[in-house]
Amino acid sequence: MRNLFVLLWKNQFFLLFIILETVSIILITRSYSYHGALAHNTTSDITGSVFSLYSGVTDYVNLKEDNILLAEENAILRNGLQSSFLVTDTQYVYHDSMFRYIPAKVVSNSISRSNNFIMVNKGSKHGIEKEMGVVSTLGVVGVVIGVSNNYSTIMSMLHKNMRISARIKKSGQLVSVVWDNNDYMLGTVIDIPSHIKLIPGDTIITSGNSLIFQEGIIIGTIVSHNQDSNKKLSKAVLKYITDFGTLNHVYIIENIMKVEQDSLLKQMVN
Amino acid sequence: MNNPLIKNTVRFVILILVQVLVFNNMNLGGYLHPYIYVLFLLLLPVNINRSLLLILAFITGITIDYFAGTMGLNAAASVFLAYLRPGTIRLFFGNQEFTSDESVGLASVGIFGFFKYSIVLVFMHQLLLFYLEVLSFNHFFFTLTKVLFSTLFSTFIIITALLLFSKRIKKR
Repeated sequence: MRNLFVLLWKNQFFLLFIILETVSIILITRSYSYHGALAHNTTSDITGSVFSLYSGVTDYVNLKEDNILLAEENAILRNGLQSSFLVTDTQYVYHDSMFRYIPAKVVSNSISRSNNFIMVNKGSKHGIEKEMGVVSTLGVVGVVIGVSNNYSTIMSMLHKNMRISARIKKSGQLVSVVWDNNDYMLGTVIDIPSHIKLIPGDTIITSGNSLIFQEGIIIGTIVSHNQDSNKKLSKAVLKYITDFGTLNHVYIIENIMKVEQDSLLKQMVN
Repeated sequence: MNNPLIKNTVRFVILILVQVLVFNNMNLGGYLHPYIYVLFLLLLPVNINRSLLLILAFITGITIDYFAGTMGLNAAASVFLAYLRPGTIRLFFGNQEFTSDESVGLASVGIFGFFKYSIVLVFMHQLLLFYLEVLSFNHFFFTLTKVLFSTLFSTFIIITALLLFSKRIKKR
């Protein structure tokens, strides 16, 4: 027994190395999957306030492009106003609101890693919860995976475990969008049935099947589709409509009906 | 500033902040991701207790991870670097005498000596880091390219920073 302790003490350097590496690798694998990341993330007001210090300085760089984007979006929204329509009372349908948009500012963003996260300056104080969808002025950005009082972390579309239920706009066919390209501008559309042929420029939108995004938010447009005649399902390359490199303002989508939809789904499972 | 404990603590804080605020937010076309905080581990005294070195490496890595949201990733790579550090020093500077708190720096081994010391350790650090990050060999050559470019870029920045901030360089 004594010899064993002497041996361990002599090799303490190697032993400590193994122990620390094991701890690190357990930490890595624990947060690797989507659900793991959801459960074990390090969003906190400390990290958030450090990042907003930095973004306070660098914000001015993208101001011009941001203004143009916001002005364009305002124009679209004005077109949707009640006053922009000729209302004939027999055709009038009252829509109850189902989604609420919470504007937020990006304080930290990465695109060069294999798993990218975005941090924004709104948190549980402002009504943000985990698994809410996030969009830019143009299209889909990601899903909230961590919330602190004032900040939240978003799993960006540029994450290896991101998988979004999508639809081909022209045919309504259900597909999925993942990211396995290593290029921050390109995503991959998977599960395309063999009878469907996509041409460059076809739009891919959210399906509305998950409770996270409503239907019809643009994800991107097709760049190329390589149809393999042997396989039942093919893949296509997609160009994201959101430019993750210059992302500055986002909207977090609160699904007001989510609690009701969740309880319905639970009833179905039971 | 002569107390090694204060000197290293200040260096730790500055390098973590620079890494987290500047280099983690740098999006150079999606290919380059420089990690310069390893300079803290490279500049620790040569005669430091080896177990303490490992523990310091783990703390440094986990601090970076805490900010980047990548729990364990930088910790694993930093501990790996720290494990290889004593051997690398013995390999390159085996017959050189270091005083008790002296580190492998420009003043003690010169610019070329420091270059080969840092490029080897930075390469090993980034090799483990990038492959652990993707957790697969699917894009083997793409990841390897990323490792090589990031190593060159990180080493370049580390040496530039040292040249800018060191007071005296021994000519050898």
